[in-house]
Amino acid sequence: MKVVLENLTKRFPSRHKKGAEVIAVNHFNFEIPDGQLIGLLGPSGCGKSTTLNLISGLETPTEGKVFFGDEDVTNLPPEERGVGLVFQNYALYPHLTVEENIIFPLQNLKGAQKMSKEAMHQKAVETAKLVQIDGLMERKPKELSGGQQQRVAIARALVKIPKVLLLDEPLSNLDARLRLQTREELRRIQRDTGVTTIFVTHDQEEAMSISDLIIVMKEGVVHQIGKPQDVYDEPANLFVAQFLGTPQINVFHGEVKDGKLYIGEEAVLDVPGRKDMPVWVGIRPEGFIPDDDGPFTCRMDRVEVMGRDVSVVSTHPLMTGRNIRSIISSENRFKPGQETVRFRLKPYKVFLFDKESEERV
Amino acid sequence: MKKNNLKAWLYLLPAILFLGVFMVYPLIDVCVYSVEENYNFASQSFTGIGAGNFRYVLSDPYFVQALKNTFIIVAITVPLSTGFALLISLGLSSIKALRNTFQTVYFLPYVTNTLAVGLVFMILFKKTAYTDGMVNLLINKFGGASVDFIEGPYWAKMFVMCFYTVWVVMPFKILILTSALASVNQDYYKAAKVDGATSGRIFRKITLPMISPTVFYLIITGFIGAFKAYSDEVALFGTNLNAAGMNTIVGYVYDMLYGDSGGYPSYAAAAALILFAIVFTITYINLTFSKNKVQYM
Repeated sequence: MKVVLENLTKRFPSRHKKGAEVIAVNHFNFEIPDGQLIGLLGPSGCGKSTTLNLISGLETPTEGKVFFGDEDVTNLPPEERGVGLVFQNYALYPHLTVEENIIFPLQNLKGAQKMSKEAMHQKAVETAKLVQIDGLMERKPKELSGGQQQRVAIARALVKIPKVLLLDEPLSNLDARLRLQTREELRRIQRDTGVTTIFVTHDQEEAMSISDLIIVMKEGVVHQIGKPQDVYDEPANLFVAQFLGTPQINVFHGEVKDGKLYIGEEAVLDVPGRKDMPVWVGIRPEGFIPDDDGPFTCRMDRVEVMGRDVSVVSTHPLMTGRNIRSIISSENRFKPGQETVRFRLKPYKVFLFDKESEERV
Repeated sequence: MKKNNLKAWLYLLPAILFLGVFMVYPLIDVCVYSVEENYNFASQSFTGIGAGNFRYVLSDPYFVQALKNTFIIVAITVPLSTGFALLISLGLSSIKALRNTFQTVYFLPYVTNTLAVGLVFMILFKKTAYTDGMVNLLINKFGGASVDFIEGPYWAKMFVMCFYTVWVVMPFKILILTSALASVNQDYYKAAKVDGATSGRIFRKITLPMISPTVFYLIITGFIGAFKAYSDEVALFGTNLNAAGMNTIVGYVYDMLYGDSGGYPSYAAAAALILFAIVFTITYINLTFSKNKVQYM
């Protein structure tokens, strides 16, 4: 099912009497194509969960509309929208067994949709098999590991065959190894069921690795929507560029003058046809090529060996962070005691942003 | 190791002394008194050892009346007060405006003096030469005849008694239940709502199991508290409860010790042990029956 958000806005009244109201979600306009896995990505407190609640119907928008397909569901209560929701803490009913938990949504069906006990059991087993927990049906949630609880929660959300599956920080309660496994599992389940799935995360790696599309948001505003690789390669603004990628992008004060990009006195890159202006220069860590004749000189700090690659940590007077990280092949050798390091830059790994608006130029 | 043990005993000594003198010794003494037949308070002598005191108490019509009263009070007030408290707590937790005000109002009986409240109830229910009392005025208004709730028929007195007891014990239960309800993670309700559960079903399948340990605690302590009822009866019907026919087991124990016809510690001890046996049995039954119903998370 295609999901369309039209001018969606949610404002919360301020906790203080005279304080300004909080805009959690600010004029969202986007369309989520049918059957895709979408990562809603942003730092903590940026309105991701509120967006999810608006789609599920747990919150009503202040303005704007939500469509599932062509149907306007803005005023429908959650139970009539046909959404499945997985909570960050799973919210499994602790007093019910795994099977009872999965069956719970089916037992609530009314009228013509009502199912017999046998049919519900059948359906529960079927869904449990999909998420590979069919051997645990008689257990109570507390007798399961975090990853198993997660699967039960997904099974419960899927059992009614929702039009849209929503996951709120689905991996954040798992340990690092399990997180890696589970995210692949999520991808597989989504592929198998073909349900349009939206998951919220603040972990860019998580979002990039499994999503068909990512939506990057900050302070209630959508900053960029696109395929993970596209968003990484063509960030729309400084925030998106900084938010995606580990190590973080390196940002410098720079200036465009006569078709050349200057960082300090050095003309580091040719940028023909660009207007002269002061800019933020963002350079991805993999955008540096060590070259003794390179135009960009940095002070060498240390080299961190990571096996396949090495990470060269250096500094520059015009950088904005604490240091510059560049990832280069370990075939490059550095002399001990080397004081400066010179780089050439890969043009497609260098992004220029307006100093004022921080938009890409 | 030995040295440490000595130290440990030294630290425990104050508590052991205190509990020994004020709890263990009296408990043993009660058991001793209860089997000493024809115990004379003045000469501190008795004629023999046996179950005579229990036989006497169980055949005493006053005790039988007290037993009956106590059981009626327990059977009526425990379910009613717990049920109403649950309803009110649910109401309180679902409103936002005026919640604190209502909470204070419902909690007032808890901090109000029992005897003062008893007096107010007497004014509400008592029939005097000057007025029939407020409740009777209301009954008259709807076309009923006046009833003397304090000195009238047994059912009327029992009604006032139960009404009063429910009203007095409810605040504590409301307090405990509201906090239990507040501690249920809101995500469960959200999940259930998304899953399409009706509010009735959410209550039965989620809320109730989640707060079942608290409800169970309230039922157990409610039973025990109701079995030990006494001061409320005095507040409403005065000290001569036997004459009013409204005595309770604890009241009977008190009368046997210090009442006008008192001075029989052996009978009092026997009655107290009978009460203990009843409370013990009921609590045991409660525990057994609730084993499958109460969900400890």
